[in-house]
Amino acid sequence: MRGRIPILRIRLRVFRHPSAGLGLALVLAYLLVAVLAGVLSPYSPIEQHAADRLQAPNSRYLLGTDEFGRDIFSRLLHGATNSLRVTTVAVAAATLLGTTLGMIAGYTGGLTDNAIMRLMDLFFAFPAILLALAIVAALGPGAGNTILAIAVVYMPIFARVSRGPVLATKAMEFVTAARCIGVNHPRILLRHILPNITAPLIVQVSLALSWAMLTEASLSFLGLGTRPPEPSWGSMLSDSRRLIELAPWMAVSPGFAIMLGVLGFNLLGDGLRDALDPRLRK
Amino acid sequence: MRRFLIQRLLAFVPTLVGISIVVFLVMRLIPGDTISAMIGTQYKLTEAQAAALRAYFGLDKPLPEQYLIWLTAALRGDFGYSVRSGQPVLPEILNRFPLTLELALLAMMIALAIGLPLGVVSAVKRDSLIDLSGRLFALIGLALPNFWLGTLLILVLSVVFQTLPNSGDYTDLLEDPLANLKQMLFPAITLGFAFSASILRATRSSLLEELQQDYARTARGKGLRERRVIAGHCLKNALIPIITIAGVEMGYLFGGAVIVEEIFTLPGIGRLLLNAISQRDYAVVQGTIMFIAFNFVLINLLADLAYAFVNPRIRYD
Repeated sequence: MRGRIPILRIRLRVFRHPSAGLGLALVLAYLLVAVLAGVLSPYSPIEQHAADRLQAPNSRYLLGTDEFGRDIFSRLLHGATNSLRVTTVAVAAATLLGTTLGMIAGYTGGLTDNAIMRLMDLFFAFPAILLALAIVAALGPGAGNTILAIAVVYMPIFARVSRGPVLATKAMEFVTAARCIGVNHPRILLRHILPNITAPLIVQVSLALSWAMLTEASLSFLGLGTRPPEPSWGSMLSDSRRLIELAPWMAVSPGFAIMLGVLGFNLLGDGLRDALDPRLRK
Repeated sequence: MRRFLIQRLLAFVPTLVGISIVVFLVMRLIPGDTISAMIGTQYKLTEAQAAALRAYFGLDKPLPEQYLIWLTAALRGDFGYSVRSGQPVLPEILNRFPLTLELALLAMMIALAIGLPLGVVSAVKRDSLIDLSGRLFALIGLALPNFWLGTLLILVLSVVFQTLPNSGDYTDLLEDPLANLKQMLFPAITLGFAFSASILRATRSSLLEELQQDYARTARGKGLRERRVIAGHCLKNALIPIITIAGVEMGYLFGGAVIVEEIFTLPGIGRLLLNAISQRDYAVVQGTIMFIAFNFVLINLLADLAYAFVNPRIRYD
């Protein structure tokens, strides 16, 4: 087993699946829009054009305007930035914490393992969205607390996903060899075991991003995520409900954006799983 | 089988204790002073008044003691009183629960009615046009946020049919079943749509696996028609794992109901929770979350037992 991630081979195999290629394209488009929102959007996302309230899509306002005369297209692009910030930070935190705990549990075994994993099991006793809701309810609404809630809810999944492969890897000869020549435990975990458990982690990260995106949007929809006037796809959809008969265009684009983003990460995750999991490969 | 039953039932108790600890601790995450968070910042309390309230709610005691007091009360069915209405929490939850349960059950029925047959056809006609459209449906279903689907349904209803699903008060199922089902239909579709997609996927992959098993080959080898092989042999085995999935999803439907009840303004426990969150009515928030988590764990337990019951490999163990 080699100690490095075979990135090149992954890429080639991912592109062999058309659906995974589509997923990658959607994810890249999402990243591009999120990073370049400031350059691409024609107006400021919070600038109010008092004379142009509730305009249907036209050549000046591509996706129309909302009840304050704000350009929906610009809000949509900046919504991607906010969504990306929350989802990536939350998933990064969940990956780091969950994987660390899962690796320690799997590597140490015994009582530590039991204690960590039973603690993680507790989080599985809640419907995920409900636990996130409870945390945000206690801490108060806002992007920072949304990040925390998503990270806490997803951490146990990374602990579970990383623990299993650690158990299998730590019994291998090269780990025993490393231990014999006196390599210390943290180094064994980082240099010898971690590179061999990355495959399931990468798949999980992609699926976690899709879930985090949906959760951020849900919490914002319920008025508990990103605070107004900052644009968020979830709160844009929530705002559209009051004016649904008057300005139906407000309800279309944010939902479509969420769906494409989630679809992208799902397809990419499925493709990565096919490419990385030898058992599923045809 | 008996050992399995005992094991599962024994695991149920520590899980409940665990979730009660999590719920209790999460509610103690409230930043700053709980009393002023509850009362609101518009009222200025003197230090003595705040201390009196803190003593009244038992907030001056150490955390473990507070937890034990709360837990023993909760075990007696006392989840405290709503700060807003002054009413006890549990009766209010039980009063609203039937609606949420009905919504989840209807959603599950819709999900099974769509997902199971499509999944079977997709597996049997693998790589056909039907299979491809089934898989496309599943992909979209899993990516479609339920709050967007709900909003779009309301949009279509209001613009095309000039009617809103919930213009008017909620009608109880026992009062007028037809009017009630009319009100619940679109919320149930909204809630069940994503789950029909995951049921479809699970049914398809489970049946595909069974169709490749040795016993399926034997059945074909002895001259059975493919239809009999599928319906008589493979389908039975393929549906066993679906029970587990349906059970887990049923639990998640309670989480999703929070959003769907909000969109369609249905007075279930989801909206009770959201209203309590916005009014900072922490006893209600705590009680509602505990109640939903309890049901979530209970349904998972029932699904496990049902799985063991229909799966001969566990039954005869």
